[in-house]
Amino acid sequence: MQLDFSFWIFMALPFDLNIARSEPMLPRPFSVKQVVRDTHDTFTLKLQPKGESVAPAFAPGQFNMLYVFGAGEVPISISGDPSKPKTLVHTTRAVGMVTKAMSSLRRGDVIGVRGPFGSCWPLEESAGKDVVIVAGGIGLAPLRPAVYHLLSQREKYGKVALLYGTRSPNDILFKQELEQWRARFDFDVFVTVDRGIDGWRGSVGVVTTLIPRAPFDPAGAVALLCGPEVMMRFTVMELQKRGIAADRIYLSLERNMKCAVGFCGRCQFGPSFICKDGPVFRYDAIRDLFGKREI
Amino acid sequence: METLEGILSEHPFFSGLEERYLKLAVGCASNVRFDAGEFIFREGEEANHFYLIREGKVALEIFAPSRGSLTIQTLEDGEILGWSWLIPPYQWRFDARAVETTRAIALDGRCLRAKCEEDHDLGYELLKRFASILGHRLDATRFQLLDIYGVAI
Repeated sequence: MQLDFSFWIFMALPFDLNIARSEPMLPRPFSVKQVVRDTHDTFTLKLQPKGESVAPAFAPGQFNMLYVFGAGEVPISISGDPSKPKTLVHTTRAVGMVTKAMSSLRRGDVIGVRGPFGSCWPLEESAGKDVVIVAGGIGLAPLRPAVYHLLSQREKYGKVALLYGTRSPNDILFKQELEQWRARFDFDVFVTVDRGIDGWRGSVGVVTTLIPRAPFDPAGAVALLCGPEVMMRFTVMELQKRGIAADRIYLSLERNMKCAVGFCGRCQFGPSFICKDGPVFRYDAIRDLFGKREI
Repeated sequence: METLEGILSEHPFFSGLEERYLKLAVGCASNVRFDAGEFIFREGEEANHFYLIREGKVALEIFAPSRGSLTIQTLEDGEILGWSWLIPPYQWRFDARAVETTRAIALDGRCLRAKCEEDHDLGYELLKRFASILGHRLDATRFQLLDIYGVAI
C-alpha cells in the first residue's frame, strides 16, 4: 500500500492537523479599531480583520499570538464576547517590550494575529452545575469570555459566582462591567483588593478569603481559575477545603510561548505544551507538576 | 426567632464543640449592633471580647500619622473578629470599625478566659479553633505581602 505524504505528516505531528493546514505560523493583518485604557498599566485592543468582515471564531479561554511589527510576537488571551465575532478583543498589561509597544498602537494601526490557539474553559460540560470563577488581577481577562457565555445562557447553569481579587481599587479591571454584573440577581460578584485606599468601602483581603462567602454547592460545582500561579495554588487549596474535587477545578496557565502549535517546546510543562494542550488544564491532570519549581 | 444557642451551634467555629461547652459559650454571648463608621474596638484598648459577625462588614485598621487609617483587612458575614482577648497582654492590636451597619454576637472573653483556666479541655478546644483562624490570617497576610499582582510571579 502506498501512503501519501500527508499521512506521514499526520502521524508525525504532535498537534492538530487542521491547525497546520490553516497556516498557523502566518499572521493575518488586523487593524486596531479602538484602544481602551482599562487601568494605569492595562489596556484593551479591539481589532478588526483587514479585508474580511468576521474574525476567526474562538472558544472562551483560548489565546492569539499578537505580532507588533518590528517589536515581536506575544501570546495574549482573548477577552471579548465569543458571540460577537466581528471584533477581536484582547486585554493585556504593558510589562514587556512587545506589550509596551502594543500599548502605543493607535486606531488604524495594523497588527498581526495568529490563532486562536489552545484549550478552552469547560462551559458545555458545566451545564446544569454551579460555576465559580476565581480571577486574580489581569486573570479576569481570559475569564471574561466565559462570563459572557454563562450570562448569555444563564438558564443552563446553576449558581454562578465571580470572585475577583486585585492589587488595589485603582487596578480593578472592567469596573463598569463588574458593576453591571453585580446588579444582576442571577450572578454573585465579589471583589476584593489586597490594599485599600481612601474612600474604598469594598472588601480588603486576598481573593481566597472570598471562597467561604461565595454561594455554591461544592458537591457539584465547577471552578474556573486564572491569575498568578501563587494565587491559583492558594485558591485550589481553599476550593478543595470547601469541598470541590480536583477534577472539577480548571486553571489557565501561562508560560513564554513562541510557535503556539507545539513545535518549539518553549512552553513545555512536563509532558504537555501550554500552547497546545493548555492553557486551560484540569487540575487533577497537572496536580503533580503544578507549583514545582523545576517545571 | 433564632436563639443564640441555635446560631452558635450552627456556626462552623463552634462545630463539634461539646454540648456543655456550647452552653457555656452561649452564657457568655450577647447580640450587638454597630452603626456604619462606629468603632468596635481601638488599638491598645483592653481586649475582652470576640465577635461572630452575623451581618455587615468590619474593617481592621491601623493608624499611621502621615497616611491616616489604613484598612488591612475586612471581615464579613460569618467571620470571627478578634483574637487578642485570648493571648496576653489582652490588648487590641488594631482598630476595628464597622464599614456598614453590622450585627454580631459578642462573646465575653474575660468570662471565657476564666473558664479556660478552670477547664483546660475547653481552653484547648478554643485555642485549636483560634489557631486555625490565626493560621488563615497569617497565610493571607503573607499572600498580601507577596504583592502578586504587582509583578509577574
